[in-house]
Amino acid sequence: MGSRTPLYDNHLAADARVVDFGGWDMPLHYGSQKEEHHAVRQNAGVFDVSHMTIVDLSGARVREFLQRLVANDVAKLKDHGKALYTCMLNADGGVIDDLIIYFMGATDYRLIVNAATREKDLAWIREQAAQYDVAVVERAELAMVAVQGPNARNLAAPLIDARYRAAALALKPFYGLQAGGVFIARTGYTGEDGWEICMPAADAPAFWDQLLAAGVAPCGLGARDTLRLEAAMNLYGTDMDESISPLEAGLEWTIAWEPENRDFIGRAALEALRNSPDRQRFVGLLLEDRGVIRNHQKVLVDGFGEGEITSGGYSPTIDKSIALARVPAGDYDRAQVEVRGKLLNVRIVNTPFVRNGQIRIDI
Amino acid sequence: MDELPGDLLYTVEHEWLRREDDGSVTIGITDHAQGALGDLVYVELPEVGQDVEEGGEMAVVESVKAASDVYAPIAGEIVEINEALADDPETINSDPYGEGWIVRMQPADAIDEEALMSPNDYQQFLDELDD
Repeated sequence: MGSRTPLYDNHLAADARVVDFGGWDMPLHYGSQKEEHHAVRQNAGVFDVSHMTIVDLSGARVREFLQRLVANDVAKLKDHGKALYTCMLNADGGVIDDLIIYFMGATDYRLIVNAATREKDLAWIREQAAQYDVAVVERAELAMVAVQGPNARNLAAPLIDARYRAAALALKPFYGLQAGGVFIARTGYTGEDGWEICMPAADAPAFWDQLLAAGVAPCGLGARDTLRLEAAMNLYGTDMDESISPLEAGLEWTIAWEPENRDFIGRAALEALRNSPDRQRFVGLLLEDRGVIRNHQKVLVDGFGEGEITSGGYSPTIDKSIALARVPAGDYDRAQVEVRGKLLNVRIVNTPFVRNGQIRIDI
Repeated sequence: MDELPGDLLYTVEHEWLRREDDGSVTIGITDHAQGALGDLVYVELPEVGQDVEEGGEMAVVESVKAASDVYAPIAGEIVEINEALADDPETINSDPYGEGWIVRMQPADAIDEEALMSPNDYQQFLDELDD
């Protein structure tokens, strides 16, 4: 038996197929992954993401610490509640984890890191924090749900304390707000509008039930993966890991090169790779033949070499197979993927594949 | 769990076989198999006329989650494939024992019932998997 979130009984009540995910018993789907996917694109769905790790940092030097710890620059966070997506790197420029940082107050930040990397992340953060006298507090007592979809905020709003409801609805994308004991952020991992909400564990089961009663579909990790793939949002451990830098995982936009004298961990390694002619591309693929292209399949580019699919699968919105892949440097827009000994044709496309319910590529 | 169709034979690979009046055998995957795979999105079928060996790869069913081989439960020749699955693979989810059939084979040899499972045996096999 793995760890269980405060919503475990709610999942069983909704007929979840439960699977192990990084030591957690989590819902894969509640009947049909495809229907859950469509619910999020067209209306609203809710995910239990309580397995993710919430870490609060505080201290007079916390900003200086984060400017050393992560590749993006928390100096961009000027307003309270503003969020920043970033990677935390090792000295070689490899990604230890990707995370979201919320600016909570002058000396307070909240980090949300992945579940499967919890222990190494906490150890790394504590090790680096020691010399900055920053307090690192894991908030394991909080549950977290992500309610996502074009109607998600409107359906969830009646469940928010009336004193904070208007402010919650007024949140701009990538901003959060502390609403009593609940933290509400307009963020997500689906390519749709919505909120991610942290709350005391004891409040989560009733909150979940009320969302379902309001018509929000319970959604499992399966739909979470197809939604994030369509949105071309990276998955840690799949699209990047400690041997891959953000430069070769499509995450250059999360690296703050300026100011030049900000010495974040991994900077020297990234600088060396930045203008290298051999730097691999990280691209979106659309399968033009029938079939499904999947993780780890080989990508062959005539005249340029070989690459690999990091995340591939079926796109329910497009009804074709799509993938993210790391491929050789060079200027080309077609390739082939080896599937069970056959070569299938793919086209390189600009990502995201889907955003806010709309297909964004030529199909 | 719904009752298993009583006129079929079953395998440990969660396939079913129906003996047709003309001596051919229709083959598909069981309700348990489709449930474990989840929403099917693609089926790779063999060619009509192809000979397959017992235990050989006969088709591939791909769900949103993963690709899964379908093994031939008997040796024989493929005499018909369910071409409708090309456009509607999800038929296997909705009607695994009916419209979701995958291939029809002409067996090379007489069917060895001892090597397959009756509905009762398969039900027991499924019950033990759940334990």
